[in-house]
Amino acid sequence: MTEHSKNDHRILVLADGDNVAVIKATILAGECIRLRGHDVVVPQTLGLGHKLAVENIPAGRDIVKYGFPIGFAATDIPLGTHVHVHNLSSRYTQVEVME
Amino acid sequence: MTAMMAWPRKDGRKGIRNVVLVAYLVECAHHVCKQIARPFPDGDVQVVGFSGCFPSDYGQDMMAALCTHPNVGAVQLVSLGCENFKKGQLAEAIRASGRPVNVITIQDVGGTGAAIKAGRDWVQQTQSEIMALPKVEMEVSELVIGTICGGSDATSGITGNPAAGVAFDMLVQEGATCIFEETGELIGCEHVMADRAANADLRPAIIASVDKAAKYYAAMGYGSFSNGNATGGLSTIEEKSLGAYAKSGQSKIAGILRPAQTAPSGGLYLLDVVPDGPPKYGYPNINDTAEIIELISCGAHAVIFVTGRGSVVGSAISPVLKVCANPETYTRMSGDMDVNAGRVLEGGATLQDVGTEIVERLVSLGQGQKTASEDLGHAEFVLTYKSAAPKEPGCHPN
Repeated sequence: MTEHSKNDHRILVLADGDNVAVIKATILAGECIRLRGHDVVVPQTLGLGHKLAVENIPAGRDIVKYGFPIGFAATDIPLGTHVHVHNLSSRYTQVEVME
Repeated sequence: MTAMMAWPRKDGRKGIRNVVLVAYLVECAHHVCKQIARPFPDGDVQVVGFSGCFPSDYGQDMMAALCTHPNVGAVQLVSLGCENFKKGQLAEAIRASGRPVNVITIQDVGGTGAAIKAGRDWVQQTQSEIMALPKVEMEVSELVIGTICGGSDATSGITGNPAAGVAFDMLVQEGATCIFEETGELIGCEHVMADRAANADLRPAIIASVDKAAKYYAAMGYGSFSNGNATGGLSTIEEKSLGAYAKSGQSKIAGILRPAQTAPSGGLYLLDVVPDGPPKYGYPNINDTAEIIELISCGAHAVIFVTGRGSVVGSAISPVLKVCANPETYTRMSGDMDVNAGRVLEGGATLQDVGTEIVERLVSLGQGQKTASEDLGHAEFVLTYKSAAPKEPGCHPN
Protein backbone atom coordinates (compact mmCIF):
# COMPACT_ATOMS: atom_id res chain seq x y z
CA MET A 1 0.00 0.00 0.00
CA THR A 2 1.34 3.41 -0.94
CA GLU A 3 0.28 6.41 1.04
CA HIS A 4 0.86 9.84 -0.48
CA SER A 5 1.77 12.49 2.05
CA LYS A 6 0.15 14.95 -0.35
CA ASN A 7 -3.17 13.26 0.43
CA ASP A 8 -5.66 13.61 3.27
CA HIS A 9 -4.97 11.00 5.98
CA ARG A 10 -8.45 9.51 5.47
CA ILE A 11 -7.71 8.28 1.98
CA LEU A 12 -5.62 5.34 0.87
CA VAL A 13 -4.03 4.77 -2.55
CA LEU A 14 -3.64 0.99 -2.69
CA ALA A 15 -1.04 0.62 -5.44
CA ASP A 16 1.26 2.69 -7.61
CA GLY A 17 -0.50 3.70 -10.79
CA ASP A 18 -3.96 3.77 -9.21
CA ASN A 19 -6.10 6.71 -10.31
CA VAL A 20 -8.59 6.27 -7.49
CA ALA A 21 -8.13 6.24 -3.71
CA VAL A 22 -10.20 4.45 -1.06
CA ILE A 23 -11.77 6.38 1.83
CA LYS A 24 -10.78 5.04 5.28
CA ALA A 25 -13.10 7.24 7.38
CA THR A 26 -16.12 9.40 6.56
CA ILE A 27 -15.54 12.67 4.71
CA LEU A 28 -18.42 15.13 5.16
CA ALA A 29 -20.08 17.10 2.37
CA GLY A 30 -18.36 20.45 1.86
CA GLU A 31 -15.07 19.42 3.43
CA CYS A 32 -11.95 20.61 1.70
CA ILE A 33 -9.38 17.83 1.46
CA ARG A 34 -5.85 17.49 0.14
CA LEU A 35 -5.49 15.28 -2.98
CA ARG A 36 -2.14 14.93 -4.77
CA GLY A 37 -1.21 18.34 -3.40
CA HIS A 38 -4.43 20.04 -4.56
CA ASP A 39 -7.21 21.34 -2.29
CA VAL A 40 -10.52 19.85 -3.41
CA VAL A 41 -14.01 20.39 -1.99
CA VAL A 42 -15.98 17.12 -1.67
CA PRO A 43 -19.61 17.90 -2.58
CA GLN A 44 -21.30 14.94 -0.87
CA THR A 45 -20.66 12.88 2.28
CA LEU A 46 -18.61 9.78 1.44
CA GLY A 47 -18.23 6.76 3.72
CA LEU A 48 -15.66 4.09 4.36
CA GLY A 49 -14.81 2.07 1.26
CA HIS A 50 -15.96 4.58 -1.34
CA LYS A 51 -13.57 5.90 -3.98
CA LEU A 52 -12.34 9.32 -5.10
CA ALA A 53 -10.52 10.19 -8.30
CA VAL A 54 -6.95 11.26 -7.49
CA GLU A 55 -6.42 12.66 -11.00
CA ASN A 56 -8.54 13.94 -13.86
CA ILE A 57 -9.77 10.82 -15.67
CA PRO A 58 -11.11 11.26 -19.23
CA ALA A 59 -14.14 9.24 -20.37
CA GLY A 60 -13.15 5.80 -21.65
CA ARG A 61 -9.94 5.47 -19.63
CA ASP A 62 -9.41 2.55 -17.26
CA ILE A 63 -10.16 3.11 -13.59
CA VAL A 64 -7.20 1.52 -11.78
CA LYS A 65 -7.34 0.16 -8.21
CA TYR A 66 -5.08 -2.48 -6.59
CA GLY A 67 -2.86 -1.78 -9.65
CA PHE A 68 -5.42 -3.37 -12.00
CA PRO A 69 -8.35 -2.02 -14.07
CA ILE A 70 -11.73 -2.33 -12.36
CA GLY A 71 -13.68 -0.90 -15.33
CA PHE A 72 -13.61 2.33 -17.33
CA ALA A 73 -14.75 5.93 -16.88
CA ALA A 74 -18.25 6.32 -18.34
CA THR A 75 -17.86 10.12 -18.28
CA ASP A 76 -15.03 12.58 -17.70
CA ILE A 77 -14.17 12.29 -14.00
CA PRO A 78 -12.43 15.35 -12.49
CA LEU A 79 -9.95 15.10 -9.59
CA GLY A 80 -11.78 14.64 -6.27
CA THR A 81 -14.98 13.25 -7.77
CA HIS A 82 -16.76 10.28 -6.17
CA VAL A 83 -16.13 7.30 -8.47
CA HIS A 84 -18.92 4.75 -8.32
CA VAL A 85 -21.66 3.03 -10.35
CA HIS A 86 -22.80 6.35 -11.89
CA ASN A 87 -19.51 7.07 -13.67
CA LEU A 88 -17.61 3.75 -13.63
CA SER A 89 -18.64 0.93 -16.00
CA SER A 90 -17.64 -2.72 -15.92
CA ARG A 91 -15.99 -4.29 -18.96
CA TYR A 92 -17.70 -7.54 -17.90
CA THR A 93 -21.15 -7.72 -16.29
CA GLN A 94 -23.24 -4.59 -15.93
CA VAL A 95 -24.25 -3.78 -12.36
CA GLU A 96 -27.96 -3.50 -11.61
CA VAL A 97 -28.57 -0.79 -9.06
CA MET A 98 -31.76 -1.88 -7.32
CA GLU A 99 -32.42 1.00 -4.96
CA MET B 1 2.06 -25.15 19.97
CA THR B 2 -0.36 -27.64 21.56
CA ALA B 3 -1.30 -30.43 19.18
CA MET B 4 -4.70 -30.62 17.56
CA MET B 5 -6.70 -33.69 18.56
CA ALA B 6 -9.03 -35.23 16.03
CA TRP B 7 -11.15 -38.29 15.25
CA PRO B 8 -9.41 -40.66 12.81
CA ARG B 9 -11.47 -41.95 9.86
CA LYS B 10 -11.07 -45.12 7.81
CA ASP B 11 -9.92 -43.21 4.69
CA GLY B 12 -6.99 -41.67 6.59
CA ARG B 13 -8.54 -38.26 7.03
CA LYS B 14 -9.20 -36.85 10.51
CA GLY B 15 -12.13 -34.85 11.82
CA ILE B 16 -11.96 -31.84 14.16
CA ARG B 17 -15.67 -32.37 14.87
CA ASN B 18 -17.65 -35.58 15.39
CA VAL B 19 -21.11 -34.58 14.23
CA VAL B 20 -24.13 -36.85 13.88
CA LEU B 21 -25.95 -35.81 10.70
CA VAL B 22 -29.70 -36.26 10.43
CA ALA B 23 -30.28 -36.11 6.68
CA TYR B 24 -33.57 -35.78 4.80
CA LEU B 25 -33.59 -37.26 1.30
CA VAL B 26 -36.54 -35.15 0.17
CA GLU B 27 -38.18 -32.05 1.69
CA CYS B 28 -41.09 -34.22 2.87
CA ALA B 29 -38.73 -35.79 5.46
CA HIS B 30 -37.29 -32.44 6.66
CA HIS B 31 -39.70 -31.92 9.55
CA VAL B 32 -39.06 -35.39 10.92
CA CYS B 33 -35.28 -34.67 10.81
CA LYS B 34 -35.73 -31.38 12.70
CA GLN B 35 -37.75 -33.16 15.34
CA ILE B 36 -35.21 -35.98 15.64
CA ALA B 37 -32.41 -33.44 16.21
CA ARG B 38 -34.36 -31.13 18.53
CA PRO B 39 -33.47 -32.65 21.93
CA PHE B 40 -29.74 -32.68 21.17
CA PRO B 41 -27.24 -29.80 21.50
CA ASP B 42 -26.93 -27.70 18.29
CA GLY B 43 -23.41 -28.61 17.30
CA ASP B 44 -23.55 -32.33 18.08
CA VAL B 45 -26.50 -33.32 15.92
CA GLN B 46 -27.16 -31.35 12.73
CA VAL B 47 -29.82 -31.45 10.03
CA VAL B 48 -28.79 -31.47 6.37
CA GLY B 49 -30.43 -32.87 3.27
CA PHE B 50 -31.56 -32.65 -0.33
CA SER B 51 -35.01 -31.17 -0.85
CA GLY B 52 -35.76 -32.18 -4.42
CA CYS B 53 -37.85 -35.19 -5.35
CA PHE B 54 -36.45 -35.53 -8.89
CA PRO B 55 -33.22 -37.50 -9.43
CA SER B 56 -29.96 -35.52 -9.18
CA ASP B 57 -26.45 -36.87 -9.74
CA TYR B 58 -25.10 -33.69 -8.19
CA GLY B 59 -27.34 -34.14 -5.14
CA GLN B 60 -26.17 -37.76 -4.77
CA ASP B 61 -22.48 -36.80 -5.14
CA MET B 62 -22.79 -33.94 -2.66
CA MET B 63 -24.69 -35.94 -0.06
CA ALA B 64 -22.15 -38.79 -0.32
CA ALA B 65 -19.23 -36.36 0.09
CA LEU B 66 -20.89 -34.57 3.01
CA CYS B 67 -22.03 -37.72 4.84
CA THR B 68 -18.48 -39.12 4.64
CA HIS B 69 -16.82 -35.80 5.55
CA PRO B 70 -14.09 -36.17 8.19
CA ASN B 71 -16.04 -34.01 10.66
CA VAL B 72 -19.01 -36.42 10.48
CA GLY B 73 -19.13 -39.38 12.87
CA ALA B 74 -22.47 -41.02 12.04
CA VAL B 75 -25.50 -40.45 9.81
CA GLN B 76 -29.23 -40.93 10.31
CA LEU B 77 -30.88 -40.92 6.87
CA VAL B 78 -34.59 -40.13 6.71
CA SER B 79 -36.60 -40.97 3.61
CA LEU B 80 -40.30 -40.41 3.01
CA GLY B 81 -40.30 -43.52 0.86
CA CYS B 82 -41.49 -42.47 -2.61
CA GLU B 83 -38.77 -39.91 -3.54
CA ASN B 84 -36.21 -40.62 -6.27
CA PHE B 85 -33.10 -40.26 -4.10
CA LYS B 86 -30.96 -43.42 -4.20
CA LYS B 87 -30.86 -43.94 -0.45
CA GLY B 88 -29.47 -47.47 -0.62
CA GLN B 89 -26.48 -46.24 -2.61
CA LEU B 90 -25.86 -43.40 -0.14
CA ALA B 91 -26.24 -45.66 2.89
CA GLU B 92 -23.75 -48.11 1.37
CA ALA B 93 -21.19 -45.34 0.76
CA ILE B 94 -21.52 -44.22 4.39
CA ARG B 95 -21.26 -47.82 5.69
CA ALA B 96 -18.18 -48.44 3.51
CA SER B 97 -16.56 -45.33 5.05
CA GLY B 98 -16.71 -47.03 8.46
CA ARG B 99 -19.44 -44.80 9.90
CA PRO B 100 -22.59 -45.96 11.66
CA VAL B 101 -25.61 -45.29 9.43
CA ASN B 102 -29.31 -45.88 9.91
CA VAL B 103 -32.09 -45.48 7.34
CA ILE B 104 -35.62 -44.64 8.43
CA THR B 105 -38.37 -44.66 5.81
CA ILE B 106 -41.33 -42.73 7.19
CA GLN B 107 -43.92 -44.58 5.12
CA ASP B 108 -42.58 -47.95 6.33
CA VAL B 109 -42.19 -47.23 10.05
CA GLY B 110 -45.72 -45.89 10.48
CA GLY B 111 -45.55 -42.15 9.96
CA THR B 112 -44.15 -39.03 11.60
CA GLY B 113 -44.39 -40.02 15.27
CA ALA B 114 -42.84 -43.43 14.84
CA ALA B 115 -40.06 -42.06 12.60
CA ILE B 116 -39.14 -39.36 15.13
CA LYS B 117 -39.01 -41.86 17.99
CA ALA B 118 -36.90 -44.35 16.03
CA GLY B 119 -34.54 -41.58 14.91
CA ARG B 120 -34.04 -40.10 18.37
CA ASP B 121 -33.36 -43.51 19.87
CA TRP B 122 -30.74 -44.31 17.25
CA VAL B 123 -29.08 -40.88 17.42
CA GLN B 124 -28.90 -40.95 21.23
CA GLN B 125 -27.34 -44.41 21.28
CA THR B 126 -24.96 -43.76 18.38
CA GLN B 127 -23.86 -40.36 19.58
CA SER B 128 -22.70 -41.68 22.93
CA GLU B 129 -20.84 -44.48 21.12
CA ILE B 130 -18.98 -42.24 18.68
CA MET B 131 -18.09 -39.63 21.31
CA ALA B 132 -16.40 -42.40 23.33
CA LEU B 133 -14.03 -43.18 20.43
CA PRO B 134 -10.40 -42.13 21.04
CA LYS B 135 -8.92 -39.05 19.35
CA VAL B 136 -5.46 -38.86 17.80
CA GLU B 137 -3.02 -36.02 17.18
CA MET B 138 -3.49 -34.04 13.99
CA GLU B 139 -0.85 -31.97 12.16
CA VAL B 140 -1.49 -28.62 10.47
CA SER B 141 -0.46 -30.31 7.19
CA GLU B 142 -3.55 -32.53 7.49
CA LEU B 143 -5.93 -29.56 7.57
CA VAL B 144 -8.15 -28.66 4.64
CA ILE B 145 -9.31 -25.03 4.86
CA GLY B 146 -11.72 -23.21 2.58
CA THR B 147 -12.21 -19.49 2.19
CA ILE B 148 -15.14 -17.39 1.07
CA CYS B 149 -16.14 -13.77 1.35
CA GLY B 150 -19.71 -12.65 1.69
CA GLY B 151 -21.54 -9.50 2.59
CA SER B 152 -18.52 -7.81 1.00
CA ASP B 153 -17.79 -4.11 1.01
CA ALA B 154 -14.71 -2.20 -0.05
CA THR B 155 -12.93 -3.01 3.23
CA SER B 156 -13.10 -6.76 2.44
CA GLY B 157 -10.50 -6.31 -0.28
CA ILE B 158 -8.25 -4.07 1.82
CA THR B 159 -8.10 -5.85 5.19
CA GLY B 160 -9.97 -9.17 5.57
CA ASN B 161 -9.23 -10.80 2.22
CA PRO B 162 -5.50 -9.97 2.09
CA ALA B 163 -5.24 -11.17 5.73
CA ALA B 164 -6.96 -14.44 4.75
CA GLY B 165 -4.41 -14.61 1.90
CA VAL B 166 -1.57 -14.28 4.42
CA ALA B 167 -3.15 -17.12 6.45
CA PHE B 168 -3.44 -19.26 3.30
CA ASP B 169 0.23 -18.69 2.43
CA MET B 170 1.24 -19.75 5.96
CA LEU B 171 -0.96 -22.86 5.79
CA VAL B 172 0.24 -23.88 2.30
CA GLN B 173 3.81 -23.45 3.54
CA GLU B 174 3.01 -25.97 6.30
CA GLY B 175 1.67 -28.45 3.74
CA ALA B 176 -2.04 -27.89 4.38
CA THR B 177 -4.69 -27.89 1.64
CA CYS B 178 -6.34 -24.52 0.98
CA ILE B 179 -9.32 -24.00 -1.30
CA PHE B 180 -10.59 -20.70 -2.67
CA GLU B 181 -13.56 -20.13 -4.92
CA GLU B 182 -15.73 -19.00 -6.72
CA THR B 183 -15.01 -18.25 -10.29
CA GLY B 184 -18.01 -15.92 -10.69
CA GLU B 185 -16.32 -13.62 -8.19
CA LEU B 186 -12.95 -13.79 -9.92
CA ILE B 187 -14.18 -12.25 -13.18
CA GLY B 188 -11.55 -9.75 -14.25
CA CYS B 189 -8.65 -11.49 -12.42
CA GLU B 190 -8.33 -14.51 -14.70
CA HIS B 191 -5.08 -13.44 -16.38
CA VAL B 192 -3.35 -12.37 -13.16
CA MET B 193 -4.50 -15.64 -11.60
CA ALA B 194 -3.37 -17.79 -14.55
CA ASP B 195 0.19 -16.51 -14.02
CA ARG B 196 0.18 -18.39 -10.71
CA ALA B 197 -0.61 -21.79 -12.25
CA ALA B 198 1.77 -24.49 -11.00
CA ASN B 199 2.00 -26.00 -14.49
CA ALA B 200 1.39 -25.08 -18.12
CA ASP B 201 -1.79 -27.19 -18.53
CA LEU B 202 -3.48 -25.43 -15.68
CA ARG B 203 -3.02 -21.94 -17.10
CA PRO B 204 -5.65 -22.11 -19.87
CA ALA B 205 -7.93 -24.14 -17.58
CA ILE B 206 -7.97 -21.27 -15.04
CA ILE B 207 -8.84 -18.71 -17.73
CA ALA B 208 -11.50 -21.05 -19.17
CA SER B 209 -13.11 -21.57 -15.76
CA VAL B 210 -13.56 -17.82 -15.27
CA ASP B 211 -14.77 -17.30 -18.86
CA LYS B 212 -17.36 -20.01 -18.26
CA ALA B 213 -18.51 -18.22 -15.10
CA ALA B 214 -18.78 -14.86 -16.88
CA LYS B 215 -20.93 -16.41 -19.62
CA TYR B 216 -23.07 -18.28 -17.11
CA TYR B 217 -23.78 -15.18 -15.04
CA ALA B 218 -24.43 -13.11 -18.16
CA ALA B 219 -27.06 -15.68 -19.18
CA MET B 220 -28.62 -15.45 -15.72
CA GLY B 221 -28.98 -11.68 -16.16
CA TYR B 222 -27.25 -10.70 -12.94
CA GLY B 223 -23.66 -10.98 -11.89
CA SER B 224 -22.46 -11.89 -8.45
CA PHE B 225 -22.94 -8.36 -7.27
CA SER B 226 -25.51 -7.31 -4.69
CA ASN B 227 -26.99 -4.00 -3.76
CA GLY B 228 -25.11 -4.08 -0.45
CA ASN B 229 -21.84 -4.32 -2.37
CA ALA B 230 -22.60 -1.01 -4.10
CA THR B 231 -23.74 0.71 -0.88
CA GLY B 232 -20.43 -0.37 0.62
CA GLY B 233 -18.51 1.41 -2.13
CA LEU B 234 -17.87 -1.36 -4.65
CA SER B 235 -18.73 -0.30 -8.21
CA THR B 236 -17.99 -3.21 -10.57
CA ILE B 237 -17.57 -6.98 -10.58
CA GLU B 238 -13.88 -6.50 -11.48
CA GLU B 239 -13.37 -4.36 -8.37
CA LYS B 240 -15.16 -6.88 -6.17
CA SER B 241 -13.22 -9.70 -7.83
CA LEU B 242 -9.78 -8.18 -7.24
CA GLY B 243 -10.69 -7.75 -3.59
CA ALA B 244 -12.00 -11.31 -3.40
CA TYR B 245 -8.97 -12.66 -5.24
CA ALA B 246 -6.70 -11.38 -2.45
CA LYS B 247 -8.01 -14.25 -0.26
CA SER B 248 -5.98 -16.72 -2.30
CA GLY B 249 -2.64 -15.29 -1.13
CA GLN B 250 0.52 -15.61 -3.21
CA SER B 251 1.08 -19.38 -3.44
CA LYS B 252 1.16 -21.26 -6.73
CA ILE B 253 -2.22 -22.71 -7.74
CA ALA B 254 -1.82 -26.51 -7.67
CA GLY B 255 -5.08 -27.47 -9.36
CA ILE B 256 -8.79 -26.94 -9.94
CA LEU B 257 -11.34 -28.83 -7.86
CA ARG B 258 -15.02 -29.41 -8.55
CA PRO B 259 -17.71 -29.76 -5.88
CA ALA B 260 -17.57 -33.06 -3.94
CA GLN B 261 -13.96 -33.72 -5.01
CA THR B 262 -11.05 -33.87 -2.59
CA ALA B 263 -7.59 -32.52 -3.34
CA PRO B 264 -4.96 -35.17 -4.14
CA SER B 265 -2.35 -33.52 -1.89
CA GLY B 266 -1.59 -30.32 0.01
CA GLY B 267 -1.40 -26.95 -1.74
CA LEU B 268 -3.67 -24.20 -3.01
CA TYR B 269 -6.69 -25.15 -5.14
CA LEU B 270 -9.33 -23.19 -7.02
CA LEU B 271 -12.84 -24.57 -6.59
CA ASP B 272 -14.74 -24.22 -9.86
CA VAL B 273 -18.38 -24.07 -8.79
CA VAL B 274 -19.90 -23.28 -12.19
CA PRO B 275 -21.29 -26.35 -14.00
CA ASP B 276 -20.11 -27.20 -17.53
CA GLY B 277 -22.47 -26.92 -20.46
CA PRO B 278 -25.35 -24.52 -21.04
CA PRO B 279 -26.91 -22.83 -17.98
CA LYS B 280 -29.38 -25.16 -16.27
CA TYR B 281 -31.22 -25.02 -12.91
CA GLY B 282 -30.46 -21.30 -12.37
CA TYR B 283 -27.64 -19.64 -10.45
CA PRO B 284 -24.58 -21.77 -9.77
CA ASN B 285 -24.77 -20.93 -6.06
CA ILE B 286 -27.83 -19.18 -4.71
CA ASN B 287 -26.16 -17.73 -1.60
CA ASP B 288 -23.05 -17.82 0.60
CA THR B 289 -24.18 -21.00 2.34
CA ALA B 290 -24.29 -22.90 -0.97
CA GLU B 291 -20.64 -21.92 -1.50
CA ILE B 292 -19.65 -22.89 2.05
CA ILE B 293 -21.32 -26.28 1.65
CA GLU B 294 -19.42 -26.90 -1.62
CA LEU B 295 -16.11 -26.02 0.10
CA ILE B 296 -17.03 -28.48 2.85
CA SER B 297 -17.93 -31.11 0.22
CA CYS B 298 -14.26 -30.90 -0.85
CA GLY B 299 -13.25 -31.90 2.67
CA ALA B 300 -12.78 -28.48 4.31
CA HIS B 301 -12.44 -28.94 8.08
CA ALA B 302 -13.17 -25.25 8.57
CA VAL B 303 -13.97 -22.23 6.41
CA ILE B 304 -12.57 -18.71 6.73
CA PHE B 305 -15.44 -16.30 6.00
CA VAL B 306 -14.40 -12.69 5.38
CA THR B 307 -17.22 -10.17 5.70
CA GLY B 308 -17.38 -6.39 5.50
CA ARG B 309 -21.10 -5.66 5.72
CA GLY B 310 -21.52 -8.26 8.46
CA SER B 311 -22.64 -11.79 7.65
CA VAL B 312 -23.80 -13.92 10.58
CA VAL B 313 -23.91 -17.40 9.03
CA GLY B 314 -22.12 -20.50 10.25
CA SER B 315 -22.53 -23.94 8.71
CA ALA B 316 -23.47 -27.51 9.31
CA ILE B 317 -20.54 -29.98 9.44
CA SER B 318 -17.57 -27.58 9.62
CA PRO B 319 -16.94 -24.46 11.71
CA VAL B 320 -16.98 -21.08 9.96
CA LEU B 321 -14.40 -18.59 11.26
CA LYS B 322 -15.71 -15.08 10.77
CA VAL B 323 -13.10 -12.44 9.84
CA CYS B 324 -14.59 -8.94 9.94
CA ALA B 325 -12.95 -6.56 7.49
CA ASN B 326 -14.79 -3.40 8.46
CA PRO B 327 -14.00 -1.81 11.85
CA GLU B 328 -17.41 -0.08 11.99
CA THR B 329 -19.19 -3.41 11.41
CA TYR B 330 -17.00 -5.09 14.00
CA THR B 331 -18.03 -2.55 16.63
CA ARG B 332 -21.69 -3.10 15.79
CA MET B 333 -21.64 -6.93 15.49
CA SER B 334 -18.63 -8.15 17.48
CA GLY B 335 -20.63 -11.04 18.99
CA ASP B 336 -20.80 -12.66 15.56
CA MET B 337 -17.14 -12.15 14.69
CA ASP B 338 -14.01 -14.17 15.48
CA VAL B 339 -11.26 -11.94 14.11
CA ASN B 340 -11.17 -8.15 13.78
CA ALA B 341 -9.23 -7.50 10.57
CA GLY B 342 -10.56 -3.93 10.41
CA ARG B 343 -7.98 -2.85 12.97
CA VAL B 344 -5.51 -2.82 10.06
CA LEU B 345 -7.33 0.33 8.84
CA GLU B 346 -7.04 1.96 12.24
CA GLY B 347 -3.32 1.25 12.38
CA GLY B 348 -3.66 -1.28 15.23
CA ALA B 349 -2.27 -4.27 13.37
CA THR B 350 -0.60 -5.36 10.14
CA LEU B 351 -2.02 -7.84 7.61
CA GLN B 352 0.68 -10.25 8.82
CA ASP B 353 -0.62 -9.95 12.42
CA VAL B 354 -4.18 -10.67 11.36
CA GLY B 355 -3.13 -13.55 9.08
CA THR B 356 -1.21 -15.13 11.96
CA GLU B 357 -4.22 -14.71 14.23
CA ILE B 358 -6.44 -16.45 11.65
CA VAL B 359 -4.08 -19.45 11.52
CA GLU B 360 -3.93 -19.62 15.33
CA ARG B 361 -7.71 -19.50 15.58
CA LEU B 362 -8.07 -22.27 12.96
CA VAL B 363 -5.62 -24.49 14.84
CA SER B 364 -7.49 -23.76 18.09
CA LEU B 365 -10.63 -25.24 16.48
CA GLY B 366 -8.79 -28.57 16.59
CA GLN B 367 -7.99 -28.01 20.27
CA GLY B 368 -11.54 -27.74 21.54
CA GLN B 369 -12.26 -24.07 20.80
CA LYS B 370 -15.42 -23.03 18.97
CA THR B 371 -16.23 -20.20 16.58
CA ALA B 372 -18.70 -17.40 17.39
CA SER B 373 -21.21 -18.84 14.92
CA GLU B 374 -20.95 -22.29 16.55
CA ASP B 375 -21.52 -20.76 19.99
CA LEU B 376 -24.56 -18.93 18.61
CA GLY B 377 -26.01 -22.18 17.24
CA HIS B 378 -25.62 -21.38 13.54
CA ALA B 379 -25.63 -24.53 11.40
CA GLU B 380 -26.92 -23.30 8.02
CA PHE B 381 -27.26 -25.70 5.15
CA VAL B 382 -28.53 -25.46 1.55
CA LEU B 383 -28.25 -27.84 -1.39
CA THR B 384 -30.03 -27.26 -4.69
CA TYR B 385 -30.10 -28.79 -8.16
CA LYS B 386 -27.00 -28.39 -10.30
CA SER B 387 -25.39 -30.28 -13.17
CA ALA B 388 -22.91 -32.78 -11.73
CA ALA B 389 -19.21 -32.17 -12.25
CA PRO B 390 -17.35 -34.61 -14.50
CA LYS B 391 -15.74 -37.41 -12.49
CA GLU B 392 -12.26 -36.77 -13.91
CA PRO B 393 -11.54 -33.06 -14.13
CA GLY B 394 -7.99 -33.62 -15.38
CA CYS B 395 -6.67 -30.49 -13.74
CA HIS B 396 -4.66 -32.05 -10.97
CA PRO B 397 -0.94 -32.14 -11.74
CA ASN B 398 -0.56 -35.20 -9.49
